[in-house]
Amino acid sequence: MLWEPVIGLEIHVQLATRSKLFSGAATRYGAAPNVQACAVDLGLPGVLPVINAEAVRMAITFGLAVNAEIADTSIFARKNYFYPDLPKGYQISQYELPVVANGTLDITLEDGTSKTIRITRAHLEEDAGKSVHEGFASRTGIDLNRAGTPLIEIVSEPDLRSSHEAAVYMKKIHTLVRYLGISDGNMQEGSFRCDANVSVRPKGTEKLGTRAELKNINSFRFVELAINHEIARQIDLLESGHKIIQETRLYDADKDETRPMRSKEEANDYRYFPDPDLLPIHITIDDIALIRNTLPELPDHKRTRFIKDYALSEYDSEQLSGSREIADYFETAVSTAGGQAKLCANWIIGDLTATLNARNLELSASPVTASQLGGMIKRIADNTISSKIAKQVFEAMCNGEGDADAIIASKGLQQVTDTGAIEKIVDEVINASPEQVKQYRDSPEEKRAKLIGYFVGQIMKKSQGKANPQQVNQLLKDKL
Amino acid sequence: MHEHTLAELSRLLNTGKISSTELTRLYLERAERLNPQLNGYINTTPERALAQAKAADLTILHKNHGPLTGIPIAHKDIFCVDGTRTSCGSKMLDNFIAPYNATVVEKLDAAGMVTLGKTNMDEFAMGSSTETSYYGPTTNPWDTSRVPGGSSGGSASVVAARLAPAATGTDTGGSIRQPAALCGITGLKPTYGLVSRYGMIAFASSLDQGGPMSRTAEDAAMLMNAMVGFDPRDSTSLARPKLDYTAHLSDSLAGVKVGIPKQYFTDDLDTDTANKVQEAIKQFEQAGASLHPVDLPNTHLSIPAYYVIAPAEASSNLSRFDGVRFGYRCQNPVDLLDLYTRSRAEGFGREVKRRIMIGTYVLSAGYFDAYYLKAQKIRRLIRDDFQNALKQVDVIMGPTTPKPAFKLNELIDDPVSMYLSDIFTVSVNLAGLPAISIPAGFSGQLPIGLQIIGDYFSEAKLLNIAHQYQLHTDWHKQTPGGFA
Repeated sequence: MLWEPVIGLEIHVQLATRSKLFSGAATRYGAAPNVQACAVDLGLPGVLPVINAEAVRMAITFGLAVNAEIADTSIFARKNYFYPDLPKGYQISQYELPVVANGTLDITLEDGTSKTIRITRAHLEEDAGKSVHEGFASRTGIDLNRAGTPLIEIVSEPDLRSSHEAAVYMKKIHTLVRYLGISDGNMQEGSFRCDANVSVRPKGTEKLGTRAELKNINSFRFVELAINHEIARQIDLLESGHKIIQETRLYDADKDETRPMRSKEEANDYRYFPDPDLLPIHITIDDIALIRNTLPELPDHKRTRFIKDYALSEYDSEQLSGSREIADYFETAVSTAGGQAKLCANWIIGDLTATLNARNLELSASPVTASQLGGMIKRIADNTISSKIAKQVFEAMCNGEGDADAIIASKGLQQVTDTGAIEKIVDEVINASPEQVKQYRDSPEEKRAKLIGYFVGQIMKKSQGKANPQQVNQLLKDKL
Repeated sequence: MHEHTLAELSRLLNTGKISSTELTRLYLERAERLNPQLNGYINTTPERALAQAKAADLTILHKNHGPLTGIPIAHKDIFCVDGTRTSCGSKMLDNFIAPYNATVVEKLDAAGMVTLGKTNMDEFAMGSSTETSYYGPTTNPWDTSRVPGGSSGGSASVVAARLAPAATGTDTGGSIRQPAALCGITGLKPTYGLVSRYGMIAFASSLDQGGPMSRTAEDAAMLMNAMVGFDPRDSTSLARPKLDYTAHLSDSLAGVKVGIPKQYFTDDLDTDTANKVQEAIKQFEQAGASLHPVDLPNTHLSIPAYYVIAPAEASSNLSRFDGVRFGYRCQNPVDLLDLYTRSRAEGFGREVKRRIMIGTYVLSAGYFDAYYLKAQKIRRLIRDDFQNALKQVDVIMGPTTPKPAFKLNELIDDPVSMYLSDIFTVSVNLAGLPAISIPAGFSGQLPIGLQIIGDYFSEAKLLNIAHQYQLHTDWHKQTPGGFA
């Protein structure tokens, strides 16, 4: 039988606010344990939550970017369960009336076609603290620095049909939240993680199979591995006549397996109810309009515009719209170079990316700024340097030797375009190579193109690469 | 000296007839001597009190003082007082030293008041008799074999017995008004949101409201001036223009329309209580007010709705007491579940556990709609009843409680009867309205309370009406024998 996987993702995105969702404590990552937990985060008797307006603004920003409905009234609910790193014994989340509902996101599949993934909702909630097991023999430490950190949980409809689609969707959300500036998307630090709901059904049928929820997925690679593993596990079970039980499973990246955490019978009854400590949030049309005005250009729009405005290929524009940083870098380079979009694209996707990868650097830490790269490309375009010499200039820029113009001047790298000077070298080479000249002159036209390469090479060598190649070619043809 | 009201003490301090230190010593001495009969204070805080008194005396010397500077007050042990044990009447918090001040405490401190100590209460404010306290029951100074009411029974008892000139209380279903009535003092529950809940240990967040407990309405007005105010740390706190609650105390009662709900005068009401309340209401008529029958048809639903909503919120609010970060922790837990279950089983008393169980049940999957949602609908009906009635009249009057103070242990094993002692008060919390209870006579030697309910933010009006009554009566001036 052919099976069809049905997948929905719940993505947790940590918002890049300075303070927590309901307290004034800082959210900075990596502080010493419990120094960023105030009385409210500790859930001391008598304390009360106060909503961070910036987090609401960020949630609305996300909603607008996925063409969702923004609630005019949104309420917080308590999700009740006991856990040592959950100080209040409940998490403040949203249940009914989330800030964001009914959005969509288009993803591009491997065959180049586009698919719309429906986003059921995105709601605000506070993160829990962390239980620390290392360094405590037979005990558990609690670090509440993360407790109360704002998250949005983005819930998709079960519209994904393969682990690959799930990874593409997850990447696209990742790109989007970073574009919007609402999250750093740092997966090592847990700022971006997801749970996957996976079921399978006979291909061609409508009825959804029983699903398992995979928890704790914190990389694009793991989302594919975990889902593939789970699909295989479910198909095996079904084909051997067993049933799938609805349960929560944990993905273990070390062993590449999923294992059960708790079944539906053991599942918590979270006893959601509206949090009486918080009033409903009212979001006006004016609030939404204000936020809409601050929305940056979104990746899909940018990609289309790059193709249209810069005549870039599908591939180049995809690469250059992958993050706001690279898109901005590209556009700054083009503007400094005075055009030359294709050349800029090639340099960024090629040499620059290779250099950054080799040095393990983010674009933001690039040793060559966008205007430096643009400045160099300008010199390629106006024939001051050849593409070959440019590699030398680029390397010097990477080593912090300054702008292209300064490097060209100090190293004397500008092309020789003085016809007299080039002619002198051409004559010297022709005179020193009588055999090659004879061979050239004896050959038919179609073979000459290949033979002329010898002379060009000799001339470039003599001129240390600085002779203008077009002029050299012209002079050679005339003289030979 | 201990017979003086806040208003009188304010004049004496202002004219230098007495110092705050002398006054504070006097009350601390009375507390030390008389509290053992009452158990109204869980503990006094003499060091803090004398330091505050000394500071107040300096302020008065420099003429920087306000009307409350140097006057002692007792705080219900539900309010966090920095550096002081704040137990909420529970073993769970017997070891909890609050690391910060509740907003109410901060405001009264800022007004120059002197904290005498922390008063006893039903555990986590769950009760109507102050018998559920981990620290033992408080007694009623009018008859120490009887309860003072609850949950703010300690505050009511120490004010009635003149062991404090005034006290703070909190009222979730009647916890200020019912003990005020049973102890013969004045107690005001303000409009929900007027007094900050920050630092006031939560019982049922959508119902809890702090307020003053004092000898007179005038004293309550003075305290309201210091307690009320928007608090950015409490999202349910309301931003309102600042009012002087003493400004309208002398207004005439001529033309005031008083609503009398028939639902408050049923056969269940103790005859003596009914008669005394009717007599009090007649006096208002003589003072120029007019009486009108009003209808509050859903009153009988208020207790059932309240006993769904309040426990639901409480079950969640009390989850933080898990033995992990603060409060009681059981000995030698073998694992996490053992830590949770034994810490909570040993740390909470019976009534608290009962309400956590009820609250957990009504919020559970499959029961939520039938209980919690239904109760919320009833809550709206009750609010609508009041809104309709208050379109026709200025205030509503009736008894605060169905009968005077009952005997210790009389109702402790009969929770439903205990819950019914709040029959006239809980609907006010469900609606979020303000209401005041004032002494309106005695049944034998036991005080009877008159409840006056007003529209949202009508506290000044309620205090005016109560004050006018107190100008013409002396029920509030009676001192229980043995505490004179």
